[in-house]
Amino acid sequence: MNECREFADKLISPEEAVKRFIFNGCQLALGGFTITRNPMAVVYEIIRQRIKDIHLVCHSNGQALDILIGAGCVKRLEIAYGGNGRYAPTCIRFGKAVEQGEIEFEDYSNYQMALRFLAGALSLPFIPTKTGLGSDLMHCEGFAPAVRKEEQVASMKYARIDNPFSRQKDEVVLLPALNPDVTILHAQYVGEDGTVQINGLTFADLEQAKAADTVIVSCEEIVPRSFIRADPDKNSLPSFFVDAIVKVPFGAHPTACFKFYDYDPKHLNLYRKMAEDDSLFREYLDEWVYGVSSHQAYLAKVGTEMLLNIKASPVLGYAPGLDRK
Amino acid sequence: MVMYSDNEMMAIAAGRLIKDGDIVFAGTGVSMLAATAAKRIHAPGAVVFFETGGIDPALDEIPMTVADLRVMSGTSLNSGLIEAFSTVGHRKLRTIAFLGAAQIDRYGNLNTTSIGDYHKPKKRFSGSGGACDVASLASGVITFMQHDKRRFVEKLDYLTSVGWYKGGNSRQELGLRRGGAMAVVTNLGVLRFHDKTKEMYLAEYFPAVTVEQIRKNTGFPIDASGAKEALLPTAEELRVLREEVDPQRLICQSNNEKPPG
Repeated sequence: MNECREFADKLISPEEAVKRFIFNGCQLALGGFTITRNPMAVVYEIIRQRIKDIHLVCHSNGQALDILIGAGCVKRLEIAYGGNGRYAPTCIRFGKAVEQGEIEFEDYSNYQMALRFLAGALSLPFIPTKTGLGSDLMHCEGFAPAVRKEEQVASMKYARIDNPFSRQKDEVVLLPALNPDVTILHAQYVGEDGTVQINGLTFADLEQAKAADTVIVSCEEIVPRSFIRADPDKNSLPSFFVDAIVKVPFGAHPTACFKFYDYDPKHLNLYRKMAEDDSLFREYLDEWVYGVSSHQAYLAKVGTEMLLNIKASPVLGYAPGLDRK
Repeated sequence: MVMYSDNEMMAIAAGRLIKDGDIVFAGTGVSMLAATAAKRIHAPGAVVFFETGGIDPALDEIPMTVADLRVMSGTSLNSGLIEAFSTVGHRKLRTIAFLGAAQIDRYGNLNTTSIGDYHKPKKRFSGSGGACDVASLASGVITFMQHDKRRFVEKLDYLTSVGWYKGGNSRQELGLRRGGAMAVVTNLGVLRFHDKTKEMYLAEYFPAVTVEQIRKNTGFPIDASGAKEALLPTAEELRVLREEVDPQRLICQSNNEKPPG
């Protein structure tokens, strides 16, 4: 298949991407970190299509994780951190779901989760690390023994071995690899040859993408092949890792996208306030997710004034002087 | 009369522990202030970096999370988590990590996971994030705490990040090659750890704070035999903090701004 034909086949709407690739019970990884580059447009669509029983695998996720849990899409969670920084030190719906016993969860650390994705990307069954020794991460099992028998879940949370190359006792932690069914990322650019370019910090996005069976990339802009190939040192993923490309400007709102827009403090504060209360949270979902037909309609509700306020300086990458209280 | 807030005193006290040339792993909040203030006051060769992969950002504005766009602006290098943790644990580097926690014990072990039963907690927090990792891998950890009995506890509800573990050599025996709890900076003073036993002791109490007040707010017995009063923040330290580090007063300001004494 030639490059152009392939690209045209991959370029689909958020609705189509979710319909085609996200299914009830799928194991899902989300790119981004706390309140930066969460693939919100596709996540909102997952909620609108009422996908259920997702097994979410995360390092430090924030807004996307919280709204998916709050909307009842998540059954099971492997996680290092659920927080929106100073806008919600602990993600509200995540905290409530754990406290009320509504989800199955297993705690890891950030480096451990990044390594688990790396192991998956390298087609390794497990990966060693020194991090976690002595921590209750090693001693407290979140998942019930029955869950550990399921195909999609590693048979153990961790294993420990003595370093086989050492002359002295030297304990090492082994982490099971992750190969999610689907990873969703938000990037700044995708070229017409399918090449993906992420600007700023990449977090564990690239490991998450390479570990997954299916990769959906939403992006701010589709750019000509000549643009994306002018400076290949900047590029992040070649086209063959990507199954679906979704063009959605402001697709990470209310989270940030380096050089395009900052996080939206007003919206994050509104979200926190509404997430604190069950009935207000239903209203939030009705108004901002179920009640809008597309991301464009959602952005129209956010309004031009706020979108201009959060517009990033192309030099600094963020919106200097933005009121962030 | 010098007026300053708890956050300002904590940032300055912690900043004083940073040496020129240290590689400083910062979180957000007070730890950001401490790291940036130290760099601009007495440790110009210190490098601030973040677990998300941003190294030495310009920090003209205070980041609100470690993934804030301000953490990736004006950096020497932007990378990702794997690269960041290879810096934290690098054998050639002296890396100092700033952490916060909901609970701490006498050996500097930290809980950022939950209070109550792990499976159905009374209060769930964000989780480890990178805390367990830097506690395992960095050369030293400085922890910020609000000083009260519910937080300084005999036994953690959940041990997320290892400090000196069970004291003595127990950290090394776990298989961790270096590191450990260096200091704890609270709104009342600075605590450190005895060389041999690795038990926490009071090193400094802040101006207008008494040793008795610290004992009353600590849930385990604490050695205060060598404790001294901390130096007041200098006018220059406060100026740098307010004018250069946090001009928007996003963190410096707190409700309890007060004069000493």
